[in-house]
Amino acid sequence: MSEPAPSVSIGEIFWAFLVIGATSLGGGVVGYLRSSLVGSLKWLDDETFVELLAICQSMPGLNASNMAILVGDRLRGGAGAAVALIGICLPGGLIMVAAAAALDSGAHDHPLVRAALRGVSAGAVGMVLYVTVQLGLKTIRRPADAVFAAATLLSVSLIHESVLLALITVAPIAALWFQRKRKSGDRQ
Amino acid sequence: MKEMIGLIGVFSYLSLLTIGGGMAAFPEMKTMTVDIFHWLTKEQLVHLYSIGQMAPGPNMMMIAGIGEWVAGPAGAIAVTLAFFLPSGLLTLWVGRMWEKLTDWPWRASIQRALSVVSIGLLLGGVISIGKVVLVGWHSIAIATLVFGVLMATSMNPLPLMLASAVAGMLFFR
Repeated sequence: MSEPAPSVSIGEIFWAFLVIGATSLGGGVVGYLRSSLVGSLKWLDDETFVELLAICQSMPGLNASNMAILVGDRLRGGAGAAVALIGICLPGGLIMVAAAAALDSGAHDHPLVRAALRGVSAGAVGMVLYVTVQLGLKTIRRPADAVFAAATLLSVSLIHESVLLALITVAPIAALWFQRKRKSGDRQ
Repeated sequence: MKEMIGLIGVFSYLSLLTIGGGMAAFPEMKTMTVDIFHWLTKEQLVHLYSIGQMAPGPNMMMIAGIGEWVAGPAGAIAVTLAFFLPSGLLTLWVGRMWEKLTDWPWRASIQRALSVVSIGLLLGGVISIGKVVLVGWHSIAIATLVFGVLMATSMNPLPLMLASAVAGMLFFR
């Protein structure tokens, strides 16, 4: 827990997540979330962002929707969580409903849209790498941190991207390690 | 009505399979929607998925398309709620519990462990998406430029994403 959340209205929360929901193209929603919530709005700091993201990543559900729920709840309780979730889902949802309605009309392939999207997807890789580096600089402070992050990376990259495996192997070992460190009076 | 109950049941179940990202549930989604319930063909599912890649927001909003396809706008709303609420309420509950556990001796260690694992997962995500997206030097150049400019300036990424779109139109048409 860092400083208490700033007082933000329900309307502001809805609007912020609606904008993220409408603009987060090409994947990498974590990058858009951090840029808005930590960067321009300053509703959270990086430490809190990582803390909430860690909860989202170890729970079922998408990071985008679960982050909306947790951040909304932090700021304005259940109502904040509800409007944040609606906001982030609404734009993409409306687009998909329109697309499905047109599914039988033999929707044409739009080469230009596809090309633009390939560009955005490439850009999003750079953006998410940047966000990972920024959050990593705040989170990885000791050699042990780096070892556990690397172990996680290996387990998801080499062994068929099983996030669950990393969560039930690396995370408990890391927790035990940090706990032992704390007990041995190593001030973290 | 029977369709609606089926939709809500299937997508509530899929909701709980999405640990580590929406794509984790995709194979099971295909099994349920195409093979078992015959709501749509495999081609239609792939088509919706590829449109979903272009839609902003959570990367699985294509599910709203499946709901609309099967049962109209009400189906879209039902599927979206069924897909996001079970996992969402669970996460909300855990998040609140976590906040209350401030004096639990293990809390700090577990939080730190999860945060460090989180960074590893983020990096893993970047690599697995990068493998698919970064083909050829054009896309590598776009990604590298965006990364470099953000590292140097910490600017808002949106203009850079728009620039990436324009670059994509020039390079990949």
